[in-house]
Amino acid sequence: MSPELQLDSHGRLRHLLTLEGLSATLLTEILDSAEDLDRSLRGPDKSLPLLRGRTVINLFFEPSTRTRTTFELAAKRLSADVLNLQMAASSTSKGETLFDTLKTLEAMQADMFVVRHEASGAAHFFAQHAAPGVAILNAGDGRHAHPTQGLLDLFTIRRYKGPDISCFRKLRVAIVGDVLHSRVARSDIHGLRALGTQDIRVVAPPTLVPAGIEQMGVTVCHRMDEGIDGVDVVILLRLQKERMLGAYLPSMGEFHRDFGLTRKRMQAMRKDAIIMHPGPINRGVEIEGDVAYGPQSLILQQVNHGIAVRMAVMAILGQAGTPGAPARARRTRRPAARTR
Amino acid sequence: MSRRANMKEWSAQAHVPAPAETGKPLLIRGARVLDPASGSDHKVQVLIRDGRIAAVGKTTPSEPRARTIDAENLWLMPGLVDLCARFREPGQTHKASFASESRAAQAGGITHVLIPPDTQPVIDTPAMVIRLQRIAQQAGGVSAHVLGALTKDLRGDALAELSALRSAGAVGASNAFAPIPDSRIARRALEYAKGLELPVHIFAQDAALAAGGCAHEGAVATRLGLTPIPVAAEVAALRFWISLVEDTGARVHFCRLSTARGAEVLAAARSRRLPVTADVAAHQLHLTDADVDGFAAQCHVLPPLRAASDRDALRAALRDGLIEAVCSDHQPHEADAKINPFPLTEPGISALETLLPLTLALVHDGLLTPLQAAARLTSGPAAIAGIRAGTLAVGEPADLVLVDPDRAWVLRTEQLLSAGRNTPLAGRRLRGRVLRTFRAGEEVFTASDA
Repeated sequence: MSPELQLDSHGRLRHLLTLEGLSATLLTEILDSAEDLDRSLRGPDKSLPLLRGRTVINLFFEPSTRTRTTFELAAKRLSADVLNLQMAASSTSKGETLFDTLKTLEAMQADMFVVRHEASGAAHFFAQHAAPGVAILNAGDGRHAHPTQGLLDLFTIRRYKGPDISCFRKLRVAIVGDVLHSRVARSDIHGLRALGTQDIRVVAPPTLVPAGIEQMGVTVCHRMDEGIDGVDVVILLRLQKERMLGAYLPSMGEFHRDFGLTRKRMQAMRKDAIIMHPGPINRGVEIEGDVAYGPQSLILQQVNHGIAVRMAVMAILGQAGTPGAPARARRTRRPAARTR
Repeated sequence: MSRRANMKEWSAQAHVPAPAETGKPLLIRGARVLDPASGSDHKVQVLIRDGRIAAVGKTTPSEPRARTIDAENLWLMPGLVDLCARFREPGQTHKASFASESRAAQAGGITHVLIPPDTQPVIDTPAMVIRLQRIAQQAGGVSAHVLGALTKDLRGDALAELSALRSAGAVGASNAFAPIPDSRIARRALEYAKGLELPVHIFAQDAALAAGGCAHEGAVATRLGLTPIPVAAEVAALRFWISLVEDTGARVHFCRLSTARGAEVLAAARSRRLPVTADVAAHQLHLTDADVDGFAAQCHVLPPLRAASDRDALRAALRDGLIEAVCSDHQPHEADAKINPFPLTEPGISALETLLPLTLALVHDGLLTPLQAAARLTSGPAAIAGIRAGTLAVGEPADLVLVDPDRAWVLRTEQLLSAGRNTPLAGRRLRGRVLRTFRAGEEVFTASDA
């Protein structure tokens, strides 16, 4: 991976593309900043002037409600001007390439793009071709990364297992479900590893475990009861039903039988274990309805934390563009050279 | 009937370049002459007259009129024979053309290329074979040999007119990257080709196992979230086709081997004396899936760059002669083809001009002898293609390349003659440079620093 793409020469974030390669210090900084912002949101006035006058474009090539909404809310609370663009699933049918889309929107003097695309590497692509001073924030690219989801998962874990950041070192974490297709799982693993978590278990049938995932620093487990035995954190992944049937799983019922988190299974877990899920949940598949809203579940808290975490990232990226000079001024000094 | 006969005559003209009758004889002396066809590796003189090799030896008949090239410290070998190069014409001339790619081939020391049938339209009729040959002749300077489509329009559901294609000049048949989902069609295609003694070039990749994939299945693809192409995609296809060879006795050439297990399967088939051969793309002998990291679109190729252990096994198979040819797998692209997120980019490398240095790197690494490297680039592929090339025998057309094996140079994409600038080797320091290329005795390429 090329960490230099998302970090500037001082090691500060220029873009947020992936959690891979980010230091514990930087991750802690983001989480601390999110804590500060979260506190500031508790009053009646929820807006801050940190991105006043900046333009944030939510560029979504995949349908999304909750992620786009929280990004929109986060940007608005930072006083940015926000534009939501829901692009057709295959915008190429209109003849405009992704490169052209980026350049066209850049010409409207956007300062930040929040990008979601079905192709792994899409955020890297935008970052490679973005004009200097324009920040790219990855809101999910294919199976590769969903770094703000990873960060909000870390934020949630620290809230309940911290507050000391060193809490991550002794945690036992199980990530359960469709790891193969999951950008959330990959971002969670990078984040947890960076913060020192040693015991990360990937729990899924072999059809849903990608080859060589052990090299990311996890152990693979094909039995739920073993996988969640004694863990502090269970992260359930969403199963995309339409994608699963046939080749990956015989049926949703069989998955629930073997890997669904039920009240019975929870007895193997520690009493203080927490349950997370990036949503939206499939009741009766990954998780039993009672468990989803039970006392150990933090699923709704995750959604809530997502706003503060996304605000923190946007604020950091917004500041990165202004070391003394506003981003827009810098951009005009160094016009974008089309790299081809 | 008469049309068919005319076609044959025409194709004969297309294939053997008319030797340059005029012009001065040429004497190349001082070079280390590598002629793998005869197993000869000596410092001898080579005399070229009337477009053909007139004499090879310590001394040659005196030719007072001859132009002399002093080739001390250089290697002289037959012009390279490239088993797979896409020149993008007809159909995709926004990527490249015969004119541009012929110049690039000459600069790469290549005098013979095999053109796969996946042009637009597909080469599945005699008329298309002839059209290709005509385009090649107009561009000039490289002998282009055509592979006809194995199935109509490469759709995999009906045999192409293989006999007519062969009569028109096709040297083999192939379905290129297109799958043949119906195994009965696959079997009948081999039976039919066997009857015509037509070699069949197979890109061994199981379509279902590779579906949607763009990277080698392993830790890198997993971390990057790229849809994988497992090793089994190659191995399963190899086993399938080998079992059809066992049934039919057809001669099958496997294109672009990429895995260690694939090489094992091939070795087992060869040990049973089955008529199967294989080639490898030069980049597979150097790059691995680690090079894809960072979403390097220039490393998006098919078959994908594999693990380091696969690369090492391919190198060993090349050294041992199990793999008898290195090819460029040249796929020039316009810049836009690579300006996209990795999975959406088009696979392929513009590789004509790096085939020789990448193969010579294996000599510098001590893996191959100079004669072995020459064999994998000339006589080996010529035998697989069934074409008369890759030899320095007296009387043969003087297709030669003069190489400085030690000359180091840095690849600058703006200096490539190919219209495709898509190479992951940009900025790399390469060792081994083509100085002069001769086709039928005519010097068709001279390096600026020759």
